Amino acid sequence: MTHQVVPVRAYVAVFLALIILTITTVVVSRIELGEYNFIVAITIAVIKAVLVILFFMHVKQSSSMTKLFVGAGFFWMAILLVFILSDYFSRGWLPGATWWRS
Amino acid sequence: MADSEVTALEHAPGLKHHFDDTEQQLESSTLGMWVFLLTEIMFFGGMFGGYTVYRNLYPDAFASSSRYMNIPIGAFNTAVLICSSLTMALAVRAAQLGNKKVLIWFLVFTLILGCVFLGLKVVEYHEKWVDHHIPGPGFRYEDARYFHQAQILFFLYFAMTGMHAMHMVVGAGLLTTLIIMAARNRFSAAWYTPVEMIGLYWHFVDIVWIFLFPLLYLIGRTK
Amino acid sequence: MSTTLSHPPTEERPNYLNVDYGWKSWLLTTDHKRIALLYLFSITAFFFVGGAFAVGMRLNLLTPKGLFAHDTYNKLFTMHGIIMVFFFLVPSIPATLGNFLVPPMVGARDLAFPRINLLSWYIYIVGGIFAITAIVRGGVDTGWTFYAPFSSTYSNTHVILAAIGVFVSGFSSILTGLNFIVTVHKMRAPGMTWSRLPLFVWAHYATSLIQVLGTPVIAITIVLLGMERVLHAGIFDPALGGDPILFQHLFWFYSHPAVYIMILPGMGVISEIVACFSRKSIFGYGFVAFSSVAIAVLGFLVWGHHLFVAGQSMYASMVFSFISFLVAVPSAIKVFNWTATMYRGSVSYDTPMLYAFGFIGLFTIGGLTGLFLATMAVDVHVTDTYFVIAHFHYVMVGGMVMAYLGGIHFWFPKITGRLYPEGWAKFAALVVFVGFNLTFFPQFVLGYLGMPRRYAAYADEFQILNVMSTAGASILGVGYLIPMIYLAWAWRYGPKSPQNPWGAKGLEWEQSPTPPPTFNFDVPPVMNEPAYNYSGEEKEVEIGR
Repeated sequence: MTHQVVPVRAYVAVFLALIILTITTVVVSRIELGEYNFIVAITIAVIKAVLVILFFMHVKQSSSMTKLFVGAGFFWMAILLVFILSDYFSRGWLPGATWWRS
Repeated sequence: MADSEVTALEHAPGLKHHFDDTEQQLESSTLGMWVFLLTEIMFFGGMFGGYTVYRNLYPDAFASSSRYMNIPIGAFNTAVLICSSLTMALAVRAAQLGNKKVLIWFLVFTLILGCVFLGLKVVEYHEKWVDHHIPGPGFRYEDARYFHQAQILFFLYFAMTGMHAMHMVVGAGLLTTLIIMAARNRFSAAWYTPVEMIGLYWHFVDIVWIFLFPLLYLIGRTK
Repeated sequence: MSTTLSHPPTEERPNYLNVDYGWKSWLLTTDHKRIALLYLFSITAFFFVGGAFAVGMRLNLLTPKGLFAHDTYNKLFTMHGIIMVFFFLVPSIPATLGNFLVPPMVGARDLAFPRINLLSWYIYIVGGIFAITAIVRGGVDTGWTFYAPFSSTYSNTHVILAAIGVFVSGFSSILTGLNFIVTVHKMRAPGMTWSRLPLFVWAHYATSLIQVLGTPVIAITIVLLGMERVLHAGIFDPALGGDPILFQHLFWFYSHPAVYIMILPGMGVISEIVACFSRKSIFGYGFVAFSSVAIAVLGFLVWGHHLFVAGQSMYASMVFSFISFLVAVPSAIKVFNWTATMYRGSVSYDTPMLYAFGFIGLFTIGGLTGLFLATMAVDVHVTDTYFVIAHFHYVMVGGMVMAYLGGIHFWFPKITGRLYPEGWAKFAALVVFVGFNLTFFPQFVLGYLGMPRRYAAYADEFQILNVMSTAGASILGVGYLIPMIYLAWAWRYGPKSPQNPWGAKGLEWEQSPTPPPTFNFDVPPVMNEPAYNYSGEEKEVEIGR
């Protein structure tokens, strides 16, 4: 009634992908990649989240408005993070007190 | 309450008077639940923000404290939640097909998996308590250089996982309600909106954990 | 061109007010109109509570040495801020006029989620109880901004009680916003396209976006603050390795957009009033609608202008300053468009229009002084002085409260089925205008001369301006009391109103009886003309009437 009935196969396929990605992220975390550890971990997490959103939460079958709302939500959280971090990252650019480094 | 005289309309199951038809009601419910999930994204987002700031301010303390995260439990819990998302999706599918028995079974499985997650969380928190890593007067840290920074990081760990766990508890309550409603034949292929809505909620709580797990347990381990 | 019904309303016709009696029919109602009235009474009560604290403050500021102990004064300004912001201004127009009018304006029988609407009122009341409890137990002295580490560590007042009150009331705000968003998306009548929506609805839609996206962040900030107050882990305490600026970032991420929650609905009211009393369509409808959304979006990108002197990096400050200048543009666009609407319009000076004039002038002053504050170099001198206080009272009181009063008067006939006494109303509007300016204009001067805010005592040379301000406040108080009296009187004894006393356009006036029945319309409404079609042109073929 809402959307097309998704076959069980599809759900199981997504489930397996999520499990494999989880194993991958644990394994990769053991390998020293410097800065890339963080990027790889977040990328895998994003892929997992996207899979859950598109398939388990049926967003793939939903209207563009729904997709817009979902995108907007994550975009807004990104605004919060980016602007706050821009403060912290640019603090050292001018000489002055750096109290937190003591 | 002045009821509408327009009862010439056949009342579709679950249709409320202020809606024109079931489709409008379902679309409204779905949009409403998504708007609510947006608020949840921002709610957790604030904590992710605080956490990111302190990770960047105190990278060494962060590396030190992340050694105390229990990766096996964390990884297993991640798998548990992913399974519960599968069973929840299959429950919604069963509702879509009007299959009451299958619906109830999958809701029960989801609930059980959720409880497994929470049980393991209790084990983890107990570990933290034994290690004196719970912020507050009883906090102790092995490396005196990082005492304050580690306390802040553990504070955020408990805030984030605690808030997530609270959402799981609420989810468990909602699942129980769904099971009872399903047992009482409230759902049919024509109307199963609460199942779908609570399914969205459950998947969202899973997504929060999908991000929490690498950020809290996996980053900084290799140093 | 009159659009009143050909027959006058009868005493006996059932409407949402007389359809049922008794406390259960009110406290368990799901009718958005009754819920709007529940909110109206509670919000008015909180307005007077917040006003009482203002009275205390202004009395204290009559003399340089002050009247109360300094700790007491700190509690006065804190509680004034908390009550006025969270329990009056944020819900004000959306929960009262918005709740009442959004469904009929879009042509719906109720909001999308009526029970959630009622729940939002109960949540508001619970939050209010926590706030009142905090007051009764001795108050809070941190300022409404709850800055850490004072609020988390050093203050020994009832921070957690007040914080819980704010946290809970935030959920009320979120649920209201959620309801409006879904209603506007899903429950518009046939023919009611987005481009025919009243600008009041556009304004509330934009407000709802802010409520939904911003409020959760202050919720989590308060949770962290409460946890910190109990555990003292140091997240915001520099002595323990924390950063107090992080609190400010998280706090203002919501609280700046919150000020747009506190003005956008007022702008929506003004659009309705200006169009009706100029008998003209709003000039540049599309621009005004778009500006509402632009204010909502840009409003999320400027919060750092509250942190210019807090220790935020210079580069982030510059970005925030620049975007703060940008956010003034859509507000200015609205002011230009309202003015252009009046030009060559057939302007009448009924009370709602007087409040609209007041709004436009005072909001412009308030908004322009916001630009002074957005300029970093100027802000260094006037931040945390009375200049800031004058700025935000100009926009919030000179703006929002005037719009609120104007809206209450404009829709009073629709809500009550009665007419208020126009003479008294005009008089009260004048008293409010004079009282307001006498109260707050001296504060611009005081701030510029250097008088700090949140100080119980001040230098002798500031006394004259402070006395003027207190005098103005007493006049303003009288100005607020007068409508309480005549509106209450008119509700009971005023002459009955025709369906559309103002001859206004809009589904709520033209196709819904006055006062409305429970489900708003006797006949399902259809929208077949552009919004504000006062000139009567471009009307489509009427569908089946």
